[in-house]
Amino acid sequence: MNSTAIKRKSHLARVLKRDASLWLFCIPGIILTFIFSYVPMYGILLAFKRFNARAGIWGSEWQGLYYFKRFFDSPYFESTIWNTLVLSFYGLLVSFPIPIILALLLNSFQHKRYRKVIQTITYAPNFISVVVMCGMIILFLSPTIGVINSVLEFFGIDAINFMAKKEYWRHIYVWSGVWQSAGWSSVIFFAALAGISPELHEAARCDGATKFQLIRYIDFPSILPTATILLILNCGSILSIGFEKAYLLQNNLNLTVSEIISTYVYKVGLINNDISYSTAIGLFNTVVNLVLLLAVNKAADKLSGNSLW
Amino acid sequence: MLKPVAANRLEVKAKRSKEDVVFDTINFIVLTLVLLIVAYPLYWVIISSISNPGAVSSGEVLWRPIGFTLQGYAEVFKDNAVMRGFGNSIVYTVAGVLVNLAVTLPTAYALSRNTFSGRKAITIFYMITMFFGGGLIPTYLVIKNLHMINTMWALILPGSLSVYNMIVARTFFKMNISEELYEAAEIDGCTQGKFFFRVALPLSKAIIAILVLYYGVGHWNSYFSALVYISDKDMYPLQLVLRNILITNEAALSQTATSEAAREALREKQQLISVMKYSLIIISSIPVLVLYPFIQKHFVKGVMIGSVKG
Repeated sequence: MNSTAIKRKSHLARVLKRDASLWLFCIPGIILTFIFSYVPMYGILLAFKRFNARAGIWGSEWQGLYYFKRFFDSPYFESTIWNTLVLSFYGLLVSFPIPIILALLLNSFQHKRYRKVIQTITYAPNFISVVVMCGMIILFLSPTIGVINSVLEFFGIDAINFMAKKEYWRHIYVWSGVWQSAGWSSVIFFAALAGISPELHEAARCDGATKFQLIRYIDFPSILPTATILLILNCGSILSIGFEKAYLLQNNLNLTVSEIISTYVYKVGLINNDISYSTAIGLFNTVVNLVLLLAVNKAADKLSGNSLW
Repeated sequence: MLKPVAANRLEVKAKRSKEDVVFDTINFIVLTLVLLIVAYPLYWVIISSISNPGAVSSGEVLWRPIGFTLQGYAEVFKDNAVMRGFGNSIVYTVAGVLVNLAVTLPTAYALSRNTFSGRKAITIFYMITMFFGGGLIPTYLVIKNLHMINTMWALILPGSLSVYNMIVARTFFKMNISEELYEAAEIDGCTQGKFFFRVALPLSKAIIAILVLYYGVGHWNSYFSALVYISDKDMYPLQLVLRNILITNEAALSQTATSEAAREALREKQQLISVMKYSLIIISSIPVLVLYPFIQKHFVKGVMIGSVKG
């Protein structure tokens, strides 16, 4: 190993020749990633220019921070950011701890075969597509043919048009997300728990620890590093909740709470064709995310010693 | 209470205190509730798809199918858009996965070699894309300039290498294809290229299966790229067709009925459409359902490999 390291420094050309095929292996990925991830970064310039299709990106006229000011002054600035933040934090608050609790409970469950059944079933919804998921939500909650309203009516409660009432929208979004992905999200914690040495549990049992104490003092602390890393990553994407689900669950009646940054960027850019404005909002979003990620990562590093790099 | 048992694991069991019994009971109840909450909607979609449309709309169908019929399924198979979408999705998924593998596997293999001189630089090159990107519009313009709008390449090439999947594959190669193995082959005159195809890949069926499933499910379920890049209806993937039927309700009838008989016919038609939707949900999920046992096993494996840091 050591001699290879020295060789690498002294005979660069030879090393490159030796690694030629490995470099060749990387070329398709590098080219495609360059074209579809790095070239668009150049397009960010449009956020500072008035897009002119004929002149191209470089030839378009500079506008400075005009589009950013326009966004900050627009009524959509506050509402989309607020909606995004509320939805994100609500989602994080609910959908972050639930998989951890689920994994802890599953791990200390004694019927092994029944546990397998529970896992198989609870993982399944994760593989349902967003479109089907939203279709199911809309069908279930429909005031005329929905099963939920049939049940409500059975108890003498008037049918509620859930999708038309904006006060329900966030709950529907977040809790359907829990239904769909809590089981699957618990896998990573369950895997971490499986790595705990059984001797640790046995020793604690000999000292008279109850099952709850095992969870509290052994299981929970041992998945904390995994949980921290995931929390950091989640915080980094707090302003970038998926376009996909929010867009499908939107309708004119709930738009005041369901219009988030990503759906707004899509509508402004691709439906209204306001190219530069949309790019500017997108850039603003990316930068805020990046800053948040770095800040949370730094904080987590200071507090617990766990960080991304 | 105390059964005469030998092994020390069972001795532990014998020590089950009162608190443990309470804990186990609560745990059992909670997890059973979780199971029911997750399973019931899935079960309900299945029974509704094979029930009488009228019974479904009136809320009679709760525990078992009522008035068994396959009308909903028949309706789905009559729908050309759905069938075309299904075909398109198969093509996009197969082609997409092939491209994904062709790009991801060699990259992951190269980056798994400790002696590879480009390891650090290329890793950073990919890491940056995880946290920073051009965003929707600049990406759209690139694809437009490449004349890929309304072609399947717009759905396949942009996400051809998922950094997460690549890291999973890299970790796998690192753990399973040792550098010593290559050194031994090298002495016998094997080149890296030959080694990759003849030795490394045949030893990596597990990771290939994981990648096929990760990427495959991703392609099958995605609709966003198609929403942005495909406007030609004949090229819609299934998910976009589904969106039109399930969400924007294109199948719903908008004409107003005048006579009582026409109103009745219209109501029946609407009920049929709703049952057709449940059938559609099932049919569109069939590829994933059929593969689910594999998917579950391999996806879990993938998460485990992915969680190994480094």
